[in-house]
Amino acid sequence: MSLALGTSIVFANNLPAGLVPVALEDHPAFQNLPGKHSEMIILNDRPINAETPPHLLDDDVTPGDLFFVRNNGLPPNRKEINLKTWSISFDGESAKQKKTYTLDELKSKFKTYTYQLTLECGGNGRKEFNPPAKGNQWGLGAVACAEWTGVRLKDVLQDIGLKSDAVYIAYYGKDMHLSGDPKKDPISRGVPIPKAMEDESLIAWSMNGQDIPLLNGYPVRLVFGGWPASCSGKWLERISIRNKVHDGTKMTGQAYRVPCNPVAPGSKVENEDMCIIESMPVKSLITFPKTGAQIKLNQTLPIRGHAWAGDLEVQSVEYSIDFGSTWKTCELNKPANRLAWQRFSTKIKFPKVGYYEVWARAKDSNGKTQPMLLPGWNPKGYLNNACHRVAIKVT
Amino acid sequence: MKTPEGLNDKQKDQYQEAWLDTLRTFIFGAKTILFFVFAALLYIPLEDDIKNLFKEKQEVKVTTNRSTEKDEDYDRVENGIHVQTGFVVAPGFDEVRANCTVCHSSKLVTQNRATREGWEQMIIWMQEKQGLWDLGDRKPIILDYLSTHYAPIKKGRRDNIDIAEVEWYILDLENTD
Repeated sequence: MSLALGTSIVFANNLPAGLVPVALEDHPAFQNLPGKHSEMIILNDRPINAETPPHLLDDDVTPGDLFFVRNNGLPPNRKEINLKTWSISFDGESAKQKKTYTLDELKSKFKTYTYQLTLECGGNGRKEFNPPAKGNQWGLGAVACAEWTGVRLKDVLQDIGLKSDAVYIAYYGKDMHLSGDPKKDPISRGVPIPKAMEDESLIAWSMNGQDIPLLNGYPVRLVFGGWPASCSGKWLERISIRNKVHDGTKMTGQAYRVPCNPVAPGSKVENEDMCIIESMPVKSLITFPKTGAQIKLNQTLPIRGHAWAGDLEVQSVEYSIDFGSTWKTCELNKPANRLAWQRFSTKIKFPKVGYYEVWARAKDSNGKTQPMLLPGWNPKGYLNNACHRVAIKVT
Repeated sequence: MKTPEGLNDKQKDQYQEAWLDTLRTFIFGAKTILFFVFAALLYIPLEDDIKNLFKEKQEVKVTTNRSTEKDEDYDRVENGIHVQTGFVVAPGFDEVRANCTVCHSSKLVTQNRATREGWEQMIIWMQEKQGLWDLGDRKPIILDYLSTHYAPIKKGRRDNIDIAEVEWYILDLENTD
């Protein structure tokens, strides 16, 4: 910050992470988020929210600097994070005992597992809904699949002991509410016990063999692949085992909920008619080529991307170059493990010169496919899994 | 920038103005000192850097009076858009700028679209959940501004790909036949 201003800012150390003085807001140096790729699309800088352009999500496993950022509050200051003393406490109505583990204790006491797990923001694609929904106007890139290492949440929960009335696990993180009020949680969500007890549900301290980026939850977080990423609490310091559906910040009202029954676009839906989002719907993204490619008629266009389907597996991916009139099948790889996204690819020959759109649609193991138009409208603009489209010119 | 609590709105504005004045003074002071100490070779890159602070997409107007240049940048308007915040400059702009960028980025306003009722719901939500203050007689001015300049855009079940936004490029492929 000092470098950019040519002077030092008095009390700069007191500025919360992610808060940039207004005078610097548009300075190129601050177009870069700490630890993030310079081409990340910043939707909001307080709290920090940034998505990844689709063509930068081409890796099989998403690198840390390209992992989207969806923060509800202000992340803790990295200098204040002490790995030796960081601990996670467990409590709640349905916990047989209260217990606290340091990070080192978790690592030594329980077996370590590594999985590739897909995380997608519940509001990914919100920008396309009509009438519009308020909030960060996510486009396509609030999704990623990284390789996470940690312990199974179920192993830790079994060590503590669950009472028979346990319903939900709730997380609390070290991030701060935007107002700075320490009594307010920026977000406190979680998952029902069956999801918490899955093999792939992790308390993770490592992304792709490295420390988790600060903006993605360093030093430790939950990871529940296939569910809205907001279930996977970051900067994790407490888990509460609840005897009812958790009622923390952004669990109630309209947050991360959709109408229990379909509604007409623009409808007002009462809170009691909204249901919590669980598994995310089937979706795919074309990560090569970047939209706007121009090729020659005698060239064959390779395309590739990823497909994922919440708790399910993707059974097939198809593409269309004639606005959905005809579809052809792509090659599709099996996932590296359950809840990892799957690579699809194919090669396309175009019949004549002109403007084309390549559309991709995936089908999940229950036979549901992505819609070509927007899926069911909902007041908060969640779960847009309409097929991805890239523009191509053949000359 | 965080404003201390317990100030009325006018004091808040004054506090923020004073804070920015201090910042500007620091920048100007530092630049002057660096000019004499490091001379041209070191000065030139820093000059570019500092100019970039306020540069945005278009060229900065070159003027000999730097102090005036920065004041103009702070309030600079291009094509009816206030450069620093991205807000449309129209009646209500001052009220929106003063009240809606204290806690969050102006981007959170400009990327959204809503009817007057929709914007009012957002304000009520911020007052209930996020500590927004009573807007008093500025509320209708703010609502008029937002519902006029950030109203829903009519579109169908799905937009066309925004062709104007596509950056066309030649894709280098080896596999010609």
